[in-house]
Amino acid sequence: MGFEQFGIVSFTSATKAEQFVEFLKSNELRGTVCLDCGAKFFPPRTDCCYCLSDRMDWFTISGEGRLVSFTTAMFAPAGFEKDVPYTLGVAEFADGTKVFGRVDRSIPQEQIKVGMAMKTRAVDLGEGRLTYELVAA
Amino acid sequence: MRRVAVIGVGQSTFVRSYPGSIRELAFEAYRDAMKDANLKPNQIDASVVCSAPEYDKQRTPAGLMAEYLGLNPQPTFYVESVCSSSSSGLRTAYALIASGLHDVVMVLGFQKMSEITSAESQERMGRGADIQWEAPFGTMMPAYYAMYARGHFEKYGTTEEDLALIRVKSSTYGVINDRAVFRKALQLEKIMEPKYIATPLKVFDCCANADGSSCVVLAAEEKAKDLVAKPVRIAGLGMATAPINMAARQTFSGLTCAQLAAKQAYEMAGITAADVDVAEVHDCFTIAEMMAYEDLGFAKPGEGPLLIRNKETYKEGKIPVNVDGGLLSKGHPIGATGGSQIRTIVLQLRGEAGEMQVPGAKIGLVHNIGGVGIYGNVSIFSAV
Repeated sequence: MGFEQFGIVSFTSATKAEQFVEFLKSNELRGTVCLDCGAKFFPPRTDCCYCLSDRMDWFTISGEGRLVSFTTAMFAPAGFEKDVPYTLGVAEFADGTKVFGRVDRSIPQEQIKVGMAMKTRAVDLGEGRLTYELVAA
Repeated sequence: MRRVAVIGVGQSTFVRSYPGSIRELAFEAYRDAMKDANLKPNQIDASVVCSAPEYDKQRTPAGLMAEYLGLNPQPTFYVESVCSSSSSGLRTAYALIASGLHDVVMVLGFQKMSEITSAESQERMGRGADIQWEAPFGTMMPAYYAMYARGHFEKYGTTEEDLALIRVKSSTYGVINDRAVFRKALQLEKIMEPKYIATPLKVFDCCANADGSSCVVLAAEEKAKDLVAKPVRIAGLGMATAPINMAARQTFSGLTCAQLAAKQAYEMAGITAADVDVAEVHDCFTIAEMMAYEDLGFAKPGEGPLLIRNKETYKEGKIPVNVDGGLLSKGHPIGATGGSQIRTIVLQLRGEAGEMQVPGAKIGLVHNIGGVGIYGNVSIFSAV
């Protein structure tokens, strides 16, 4: 099993970054950092577009981020219809890393604000599927 | 490099569901443009065909179109940058002519969005972004642009009503554009009904899918003067890109690809934003037009709302924008949209835009965006 385990609906089965899913299993959201030039990437990538290196290590997204923007979708593409409404957002962390994902649906709509403190959490979707979400810090 | 001019423009009427095949749909714009330029097929040296392939059942449409339009054995090929495909096609055709490789090149844009079923369309909608890292969350275009709307609201205090005013303007001109799919006048109250698609965007903040085609014929300017009475010069071209992934975006209150493309186009044309007499901007959503005001320099960052509140982007205003109804009223047949915007500007600069005419327009601008700010094309045209 590999990357097809990631997400509510998966469109990609194979990636060299599939270890990402293994980290989610231990509730860690990880990006990659280039061992040659130090560039950090989230989502993770296995090739550095700054120095062309393929020597990468993993780093953990930790601490509190701030919600940069969000939207609540009332309509959804195929495969997500049962989820609506759901909120998508981007949070920025202290080191400048931004994370895009779903926002915890237990947060009442009116409490979701740009600038609110967020952290990430791995989510077990059942049947071997995993994702992550942004939750209130 | 040689100067390049537009010598013919055409488009089909944009409709919800075209009762014919893609080749027949394309022929409507082609016939329109060829009659406009008074050309025969053997005078076209090469064609550039543009659409978004996920809506096409036909594989490699350029070959099919060249045959049906009578453009064999001349060169043809396909150019794609989703919603800005035909502006990317314009850029390609420009280079073919400016380099001296060809004298007359046609850019054909088409999209029959009704070619696939609604279910198939829903499935493709989810794959419009990074399928590895974002689509697994259930993403779609309105949600992405909605995040930009939220970003603009938070940074500048823009309101849902400001966006609604853009749709009011759009519908004003949709009524008088007989090629538009949406031709009803809309009142503010109707637009403000809380029918959310992706908050804060509501149903009337979004453009409609449509079937349509567009065609633009370009020629080396020295030849253009012999072929047509009123060639329109391509004075400046800009194109820039931005990361597909939202996590790599610098800002959620403007599109950097558009800002950079505009800068390039203004420099090449030797003008500033203040010199533009009429503009067509990519209003796939109302927020997209709002950001375009600022990204193109028609307003300072954060002051876009003042332009629409003061009606400065109406035909009588300081900088008329989308006085053909824009994508919001015309509809948005992806591959055809840029060519349709170019057609509107060319007609304006020739003084042939009828009821939509901005009096005395000499310099026009087209802003055409692909994806949620992945590809930005800005093209500047001037009366010769």
